[in-house]
Amino acid sequence: MTAVDPDPFSGPTREVYRQTLLDIARSDPRIFCVDSDVGGLEDGFGREFPNRYVNVGIAEANMIGISAGLAAAGLIPYANTMSAFATLRACEQLKIDVAVNRLPVRIVGTHGGLSAGHYGHTHHAVEDLAILRTLPNLTVIVPADGRETANAVRASVDLPGPVFIRLGRAATPPVYAGPYDFVVGRAVELRPGRDVTIIATSALPVSMALGVAETLAGDGISARVVNAHTVRPLDEAAILRAARETAGIVTVEDHVLAGGLGGAVCEVVCGAHPCPVRRVAVRAEQAEIVGDERSLLEYSGVTAERIAAEARQLLDGVRFPREGEGTDGGGRNFDGALS
Amino acid sequence: MESVAVLAERARRCRAAIIAMGASEHGAHVGGSLSCADILTVLYSRVLNVRPDEPSWPGRDWFVLSKGHASAALYAVLSESGFFSPAECLTYGKNGSRLAGHPLSSLPGVDFPTGSLGHGLSLGVGVALAAKRSGGSNRVFVLLGDGELQEGSNWEAIMSAAQFDLDNLVAVVDRNGWQITGRTEERMRLEPLADRWRAFGWGCVEVDGHDLAELCAAFQALPISTGQPSVVIARTVKGSGVPIFEDRKKSHYVTLTDRLYRRAMAGLNGDRR
Repeated sequence: MTAVDPDPFSGPTREVYRQTLLDIARSDPRIFCVDSDVGGLEDGFGREFPNRYVNVGIAEANMIGISAGLAAAGLIPYANTMSAFATLRACEQLKIDVAVNRLPVRIVGTHGGLSAGHYGHTHHAVEDLAILRTLPNLTVIVPADGRETANAVRASVDLPGPVFIRLGRAATPPVYAGPYDFVVGRAVELRPGRDVTIIATSALPVSMALGVAETLAGDGISARVVNAHTVRPLDEAAILRAARETAGIVTVEDHVLAGGLGGAVCEVVCGAHPCPVRRVAVRAEQAEIVGDERSLLEYSGVTAERIAAEARQLLDGVRFPREGEGTDGGGRNFDGALS
Repeated sequence: MESVAVLAERARRCRAAIIAMGASEHGAHVGGSLSCADILTVLYSRVLNVRPDEPSWPGRDWFVLSKGHASAALYAVLSESGFFSPAECLTYGKNGSRLAGHPLSSLPGVDFPTGSLGHGLSLGVGVALAAKRSGGSNRVFVLLGDGELQEGSNWEAIMSAAQFDLDNLVAVVDRNGWQITGRTEERMRLEPLADRWRAFGWGCVEVDGHDLAELCAAFQALPISTGQPSVVIARTVKGSGVPIFEDRKKSHYVTLTDRLYRRAMAGLNGDRR
């Protein structure tokens, strides 16, 4: 029996990240790991590179400030916490100390979107992208799977200025079957299509979009699927191609409507090539109910049915919002019924 | 080495520049700038290893003005030290100037923009940690306001500096006892301040922040304790050097009229009326 290498990209994206970080640190002495006691780094990175690892304790604001200092002194620090804490607790340090200064700090925010699942809404990050999109000079990457996480981490090393990489918690389905061309700021067309375009970001939304495109194909609808892994700078060319070549765009994200991917796509098309855009996003009220990531996403209004319905209605020429569209759309309760 | 008398005259010129910036259209944080004028003069004259003609020289000591509202004092001292022309101080607060109410990193000698309180010490910890880990001899000085210590982020930074044994990091507290609406102790108590720093693992010394010789001696005896970060608590007087502003709440932010400017300058030059 031949031993088969386990797929290095199949685990949770945060584990892929940790391995990739170790790997790049082996050949690049500028890489420094700043931990806010999140777990999983001390035994790996901390053990192999004790001189390039520091645990600041449970102190995210201090961590970002320290990281800015490390970067100003010539290092490339990777600062580690959950996305909710990085973007809110340490928001001002992110803005003033890191972003305004264009310092090469790489912030890796895990538990993005609703991936914290049963942890509850204190640990969910569904407004992080809106915050990050407004900060100057910041590149924001949301990998769709483990392979893309590794690509993003490797690409982040030498990017000018600060970078935020938003990851999940538990393992999610692979989006890529093999190597592909990853370029920061260039969206990936995962599936060609001519009728309508679904643009998604983050692991489960991208997986959902692919599933919906398959469903729509069964009805004779050709849906293009685009993975906007870089939320900032957004791939305007890919969005405008979608606007020109298909009837319109459906966006999908694990983030609230305000300021997320859907809003960003609207900002691109509204001036250059207006087209119908339907936004499938998480409703603003925080879930006061327990659920795993997929259940919470569906509960919050991001369902395959809804994405498919938005695509169909867009194609039907429904140009005006129906009740609930584009605001806080219906979700699915845990019995599976759509509300 | 320059004599204390030379430093005193330099500090006086810095105060004159601060007063002039306070007399500009938008005014300045005059009181808290005057209170740290002697500290900054000593740091830039005797302590910091910097190259004004090469501000980003990798071997330099770093200075972070965490109490960014004292920008007028920093501009006065940086221009005295040759980072830019003293004439540029006249552009303070004017449209298109590099001299803002809180320092911008576009200005030579400013590594970090500061002004939102409670940021500087974390930045200093990062720079000092980088120097330690890479074997550099750089030291990092962070000037903090006393009221600023009410920001909790400082105490995260204070804990971490001690945890990481950063004896190349020096905090200086401009302990003038005032914040915008009143005495610090009446707003949110800081005392026993020295004990608090010591309890957090810092070497601590208290000095008269207007005694140039005492400041020089304190800065020459760093680190206070090997393996520990150092804090110099400088007891200062808000508005120091200008009798009409000394130890007065109203000196916090002043836009000087022509008449007030003349009185302030006369007071600075020894007329205590």
